[in-house]
Amino acid sequence: MIRIKYMLVIACGILFADFAHADPEADRQALVNYYQNRFPNVELQEYANGLYAFDENAREQWLEMEDFPPYEIAIEEGEEYFNTPFANGKGYADCFESGGIGIRQNYPHFNAALGEVVTLELAINQCRKANAEEALPYLEGELVAISAYMSFTSRGNMIDVQIQDDDPRALAAYEAGKQFYYSRRGQLNFACSNCHAQSAGSSLRADRLSATLGQATHWPVYRSKWGDVGTLHKRFRECNEQVRARPLEAQSKEFRNLEYFLSYMSNGLELNGPASRR
Amino acid sequence: MTKHLLLAAMILIGLPFVSVADEPVVADRIEQGRVLAFERRKGNCLACHLIEGGELAGNYGPPLLMMKARFPDREVLRAQIWDASVRMPTTRMPPFGRHRILTEDEIDLVVDFLLTL
Ligand code: HEC
Ligand code: HEC
Repeated sequence: MIRIKYMLVIACGILFADFAHADPEADRQALVNYYQNRFPNVELQEYANGLYAFDENAREQWLEMEDFPPYEIAIEEGEEYFNTPFANGKGYADCFESGGIGIRQNYPHFNAALGEVVTLELAINQCRKANAEEALPYLEGELVAISAYMSFTSRGNMIDVQIQDDDPRALAAYEAGKQFYYSRRGQLNFACSNCHAQSAGSSLRADRLSATLGQATHWPVYRSKWGDVGTLHKRFRECNEQVRARPLEAQSKEFRNLEYFLSYMSNGLELNGPASRR
Repeated sequence: MTKHLLLAAMILIGLPFVSVADEPVVADRIEQGRVLAFERRKGNCLACHLIEGGELAGNYGPPLLMMKARFPDREVLRAQIWDASVRMPTTRMPPFGRHRILTEDEIDLVVDFLLTL
């Protein structure tokens, strides 16, 4: 018993030490090196195009699809929602820096007052609540369209997610997201990294697997399989279900931490959302 | 080229086995194993492995060829499917037995089928 306690103390010590020394920038650089060694012919910026960085045939079909972008309606609708005032006369522009234009590359961020990761989608609903409007559902409709419009105004900016080094809680949230990505879960016992790091570029049935780098640059996505635009958390839910794991809600703390980690890994890549995927 | 010759040899060697499989019970087990290996909600081995006779195979894992020659010990093959992490802790293959993705009987059927490859 005493020994177990002793070991627990050591284990916590290791965990804590790990948190204290977590170095997101070293993690990101290690991933960049890993992929560049494995795929010397794939340019770094190409990772923002997901599986199309690896698959010539799929890439051609994708470029054809992009001739008439299937997410265009969402951008237009989103712009209209964005500019429609709330009942109190204020609007989304009043909630965000720069009037909400060209800011997506800084999301998610760690909100010190709240003590949690705030994604753009969460911030949209926070804005509504602050203005006495009802929160919108996260998986489809108005909120996804607003998110698409806000991405569109940020196109071309470099992903620039910050993890405050003076706030250990921010680092802990990043670390939790990283743990999630590298831990096995579900009946099929997969970690996200088993497919998207170890097996990036390989195929599962007919699907090539995208790399961790660039998985967060281009949301929301119009997916042919969905016949609709959806958010990053919708995709998280799907991959999570695919491994037959306990389902998690969009914008749950786990998924926001995961997005924090994953977006940090895309730092330095160009924001290119909304995007289309098959 | 040598690969093709080997494959041809394997098929020839396999022929007498197929005639043994004329015995309905054995043939039936092999067919059941094949269905289990190909079916998405069952083994879904094709998602990751090229298997002769299967369509839309992935290349996430190695092709499953010449299994009888490569796995002379049936138990080694069965153990790989039951829980691949025993042999290789970093494996990316799901533990079909340990996590009860397939039943013990179903795993035996899949092994019967694989040994015809
Ligand atoms: C068994 C394999 C597998 C596992 C495990 C898996 N995924 Fe996926 N994931 C896929 C496939 C297949 C796709 C579709 C092809 C692609 O875009 O990579 C995909 C797509 C994605 C995408 C969209 C990429 C894009 O460019 O739009 C994201 C993001 C993603 N996965 C994240 C995750 C996360 C997070 C986890 C862990 C919770 C995870 N995946 C676990 C197979 C997997
Ligand atoms: C999601 C991927 C995946 C699925 C599904 C999968 N495997 Fe595998 N399998 C692998 C990988 C990857 C390896 C390579 C070694 C390792 O990682 O364990 C492997 C290795 C093997 C090997 C050893 C091959 C050798 O040459 O040593 C056998 C046999 C095998 N798998 C059989 C099966 C069977 C039978 C099924 C279905 C019931 C199946 N696999 C389903 C990924 C998978």
